[in-house]
Amino acid sequence: MDFNLKIIFDSLPLLLQGALVTLEISILSVTFGFLIGMVTGVARLSPFRVIRYSANIYVDFIRGTPLLVQIFIVYFALPIIIGSHVNPFFAAISACSINSGAYVAEIFRSGIQAVDKGQMEAGRSLGLNWFQTMKHIIMPQAFKKIIPPLGNELITMLKDSSLVSVIGFEELTRKGQIVIARTYASFEIWIAVAIIYLIMTFTIARLVGLVERRFKTE
Amino acid sequence: MIDIKDLHKDFGSNQVLKGIDLHVSKKEVVVIIGPSGSGKSTLLRCMNYLEVPTSGKIVINGVELKENANINLIRKEIGMVFQQFNLFPHMTVLQNLMLAPMKVRDISKKEAKKTALELLTKVGLADKADAYPESLSGGQQQRVAIARALAMKPEALLFDEPTSALDPEMINEVLDVMKKLAEEGMTMVIVTHEMGFAREVGDRLIFMDEGIIVEQGNPTEIFNHPKEDRTKLFFSKIL
Repeated sequence: MDFNLKIIFDSLPLLLQGALVTLEISILSVTFGFLIGMVTGVARLSPFRVIRYSANIYVDFIRGTPLLVQIFIVYFALPIIIGSHVNPFFAAISACSINSGAYVAEIFRSGIQAVDKGQMEAGRSLGLNWFQTMKHIIMPQAFKKIIPPLGNELITMLKDSSLVSVIGFEELTRKGQIVIARTYASFEIWIAVAIIYLIMTFTIARLVGLVERRFKTE
Repeated sequence: MIDIKDLHKDFGSNQVLKGIDLHVSKKEVVVIIGPSGSGKSTLLRCMNYLEVPTSGKIVINGVELKENANINLIRKEIGMVFQQFNLFPHMTVLQNLMLAPMKVRDISKKEAKKTALELLTKVGLADKADAYPESLSGGQQQRVAIARALAMKPEALLFDEPTSALDPEMINEVLDVMKKLAEEGMTMVIVTHEMGFAREVGDRLIFMDEGIIVEQGNPTEIFNHPKEDRTKLFFSKIL
C-alpha cells in the first residue's frame, strides 16, 4: 500500500481552512457556553426553587441526549417551528453553545461547591445578600478551581464539533470528506485530519496548563 | 437588644435546642459555656439566622427575625466571628475589611479605607493591611476577622469559639482584643471554652447542656458556687 504524501500537501490549504473554522466554532461555542454555564451553574444553587428546577431541567436534558440529536433538532426541527430555514453556521454555533453550557454549568456548580461553606456564611453574616456574596466572594474563588475542567471542556468541544459536519457545515471533518470525495485518498486524508485535531488539542492542553500554573503562583 | 423566647431547633429527629429563653442587654457581655453538643453554637448561629429556628421567637432591636424578613438589615447590625476565621483568601486584609461596608452600607472607598486602617491599628495589625490572609498566623487572622466584623460598625458581636482553632500561644492576643472591646462597651455574646476569660470579662455566664440553659448568673458566683449538679459535673471535668 502506498502512502501518498503529495495528496496531503496538496489538500493542506483546504484542511487548514477547515481547522480554522473548527477552532472558531469551538471557541465561540465554549465562550457562549461559558456564559450560559455560569448563569446556569449559579442558578442550580439558587435558594429559589423555580430557578433551581429550571436550571436542572436544562442540564439534565442536554446531558441526557446526544449532541448529534441536538444538532438535528436545531437544524431540522427548529425551522418547522419558526417557519424559516436555519443557516448551518447559526445551527452549529447554537447547538454547540447550548450543549457546552450544560457541561460548563456542572463545572461551575462543582467549583462553587468546592469553596468552603464558611465563606458564604462569612459574607452573609456581614450583611451581603446571597447574590453579592456569590459575586464578590464565592465566584472569584471558584474561577481558579474551574480552569482545568474548563480547558478539558474546550478540548472536548473541539473534537465534538466534528459532528456539525453532518449538516454540511464546512469545518475540518467536513473538509476532509470533501477532499476524499475528490481524491479517494481516504487513508491519507483521515490520518492528516486526525493529526491536525491532535495538534490543536495538544496545544490547548499546554496553554491551559500554563494559565493554571500562573494562577497557582499568584 | 437581643430577645429570645422559647427557641427550638431540630436537625431531623435530633433536638438541639429545646426551649431557650434569653435576653441580652445593650453593652452586656454574655459568655456561653457547656459541653460540646450542648447547642451553644447553634443558639449563637440562630441569633443572626445562619441557622433557621424550628420554632420560637428572636427579636433584635425590636425587629423579629422571620423567614421572609429582610435578614440582611439585621445581619449588618450583628457581627459574627467564626472559629475558622473565614477570611476571604482572594482579598488582601484591607479588602477583607472594606468589602461589606462599601457594598452594604454604601460607604465611599476612601471612607472605608480610613475606617479599615483605624481598625487594623486597633487590633495591632496595621502593618498587614496589604498582606493576604494565608500569610498570617491563626491569631492574626482571627484579629483581622474581628476587625472585619467591626468595620460594619455593628451594635453587637457574636463569637463562635473564636480561639478554639488557635495554637495555645496565640489565644491571648485574640482574647486581649475581645477584652478591649468589652471595656469599650460592645455588646457581645461569646461561645467559648476559655474559662479564665469567661470569669474575667463576662457580665453574665450561661451554662448550657442538652439544648437548655441549665444555669446562669454572675460568672464568679457560678464558678465558685454552681447550684446545679450538671454544672458541677462539667466544672469537675474541665477545671
